[in-house]
Amino acid sequence: MAEPLLSVRDLVVEFPTRRGTLTAINKVSFDIHPGEVLGVVGESGAGKSLTGAAIIGLLEPPGRIAGGEIRLRGERIDHLTREAMRRIRGKRIGMVFQDPLTSLNPLYTVSQQLTETILTHLPVSRKEARERAIALLDRVGIPAARRRIDDYPHHFSGGMRQRVVIALALAAEPELVIADEPTTALDVSVQAQIIDLIKEICMERGASVMLITHDMGVIAETADRVAVLYAGRLAEIGPVHDVITKAEHPYTKGLMGSIPTLSHDEDRLVQIPGSMPRLTAIPTGCAFNPRCGEAFAKCHVDRPDPIERPDNRQVACWLYEKESAHV
Amino acid sequence: MIAFILRRIVQSILVMLVVALVSFSLFRYVGDPVATMLGQEATLQDRAELRERLGLNDPIVVQFWDFLSRAVTGDFGLSYRLQQPVMELILSRLPATLELALISGIVAFIVGVGLGVYTALNRRGVGSNSIMAVSLIGVSLPTFLIGVLLIWVFAVELQWLPSFGRGETVDLGSWTTGFLTESGRASLVLPVITLGLYQMTLIMRLVRSEMLEVLRTDYIKFARARGLSNRAINFGHALKNTLVPVITIAGLQMGSIIAFAIITETVFQWPGVGALFINSVQFVDVPVMAAYLLLISFIFVVINLIVDLLYYVVDPRLRVDRAAPGH
Ligand SMILES: Nc1ncnc2c1ncn2[C@@H]1O[C@H](COP(=O)(O)OP(=O)(O)O)[C@@H](O)[C@H]1O
Ligand code: SF4
Ligand SMILES: [Mg+2]
Repeated sequence: MAEPLLSVRDLVVEFPTRRGTLTAINKVSFDIHPGEVLGVVGESGAGKSLTGAAIIGLLEPPGRIAGGEIRLRGERIDHLTREAMRRIRGKRIGMVFQDPLTSLNPLYTVSQQLTETILTHLPVSRKEARERAIALLDRVGIPAARRRIDDYPHHFSGGMRQRVVIALALAAEPELVIADEPTTALDVSVQAQIIDLIKEICMERGASVMLITHDMGVIAETADRVAVLYAGRLAEIGPVHDVITKAEHPYTKGLMGSIPTLSHDEDRLVQIPGSMPRLTAIPTGCAFNPRCGEAFAKCHVDRPDPIERPDNRQVACWLYEKESAHV
Repeated sequence: MIAFILRRIVQSILVMLVVALVSFSLFRYVGDPVATMLGQEATLQDRAELRERLGLNDPIVVQFWDFLSRAVTGDFGLSYRLQQPVMELILSRLPATLELALISGIVAFIVGVGLGVYTALNRRGVGSNSIMAVSLIGVSLPTFLIGVLLIWVFAVELQWLPSFGRGETVDLGSWTTGFLTESGRASLVLPVITLGLYQMTLIMRLVRSEMLEVLRTDYIKFARARGLSNRAINFGHALKNTLVPVITIAGLQMGSIIAFAIITETVFQWPGVGALFINSVQFVDVPVMAAYLLLISFIFVVINLIVDLLYYVVDPRLRVDRAAPGH
């Protein structure tokens, strides 16, 4: 396969605290290929947002990348200077946050926010920037864009504001867009539209998408591949269709049970008992062992690493150790 | 918008009426105007005549109405002490107070905002910590003590600056100014510091905490994700949003500065209305006291009104002039 657009290797994110160091992301590795949509799922607190923040260089201190590397088209971006990283943000990696109501500065018009972003990254005149901004707004589906562009954010509804946010994230034509739960804060009726818009507009520009969500249904419909995070570790990653129809990691199987469309058969609904451990109390061995119905002795002692398999999948579970040994 | 302005004006008028009532009661309950004006040896008949002439035998409501209608035209009668029209006295002293207050306010605002922004952006720096520590002293030292200390150091020991009076002033018709002469400007320095220090520290602390709050918001995070420069984020987005609540408080502080000028004027023998008020309290010169009270309240109310309108201009969310389309 061609060189990945983004390559994350053994990423570790830590928070030094008074009572010791918390490891929020623990050796996570994955790739995103050009033009691909990678879904990232996991319960709240699994480390999805932190992974995104680490990639775009916006971890909030004292959080820091304590290990591993992040490469964009082969070039390391995890220890660039602040100024060099700033130039990548917006220009090569765009970001869409969860809440469109708070993502826009209330005191600036949509036009001001769009043109400042365009002018920061592209060598165009102020007039060209404005024309581009109008075209973008039009593309993301703001009706009467030319007239609405000088409105303030509060003149738009939540769904419309998320469209503006998408326009802003795409203003400088980034190669990768990280969308962190882009529809969680929105009305159910517009969620699908927004997800479709992100996918469509990124595909038409050749941008890859890292779509963070805790909604397996959204992943099933949108993503090419899916990565499942659990307690700051990668549990499973693989092509969406394979993972959904034949989940292998016990945690993923549990998650699949929570997709309404896939679990209409009552007997198949898998409930995962218990809850994800807090960072201060991650068990030794497999982080999932207290909740896993299939745990055995080794699970309580050694941590399973994701095992690369020929079908383009990786599963971090001791159950599949032997299988891979045959390869 | 119009309704809002009207409502605020009506509120202001109500406030002024209450203050007028307090001023008016001064005449009845503080000292006996007849005794003060005629002295102890006057005959009973003289007294009765004067009471009649002053309207003191009329019903209270009539007296109050009388007081009000004269106050509106600026007629507060004669000063008991100086036998001069009160309004004339006050107008001759007003420029000194307003010049002192204005410069104090401007200096407090500019320095306060500057230091507030500095300490917010360099939160953990040595400079910020020292500024914060010193500012605590600034807030807790009483004004007169600061004034006396400044006089001791800069006027007595170093002999750099004058310790009392306004220096030479220039008469511009109805306004005497100290801005145009060297000694006038030198005389302003110590009183301006004394009067403005407290407000400056207040504004600094307010700007600091507001700005820290703003820097944590989603729209600042999103602005960073868009790759805007630190300058654009700190001094464009963050500062603008910080200043919205700050201008309200700072504007309202202007009223306090004028009121608190009493202490500074006394310490520096500054020939303003505050010093005039202190003198009239000593002599129970009720007309001057009443007029001062009304004047200061009037300035307060007008400043309040202006600040409210300013808030409207600065924050687009409050502007309802333009109907928000539904989506
Ligand atoms: N500033 C912080 N200090 C300490 N722990 C943090 C901080 N920010 C996030 N975490 C922890 O990191 C973990 C992952 O958080 P996050 O990436 O936001 O999860 P999610 O998958 O819900 O997006 C959580 O357990 C959270 O408590
Ligand atoms: S490694 Fe063991 S505990 Fe962990 S998921 Fe697999 S079987 Fe369960
Ligand atoms: Mg999150």
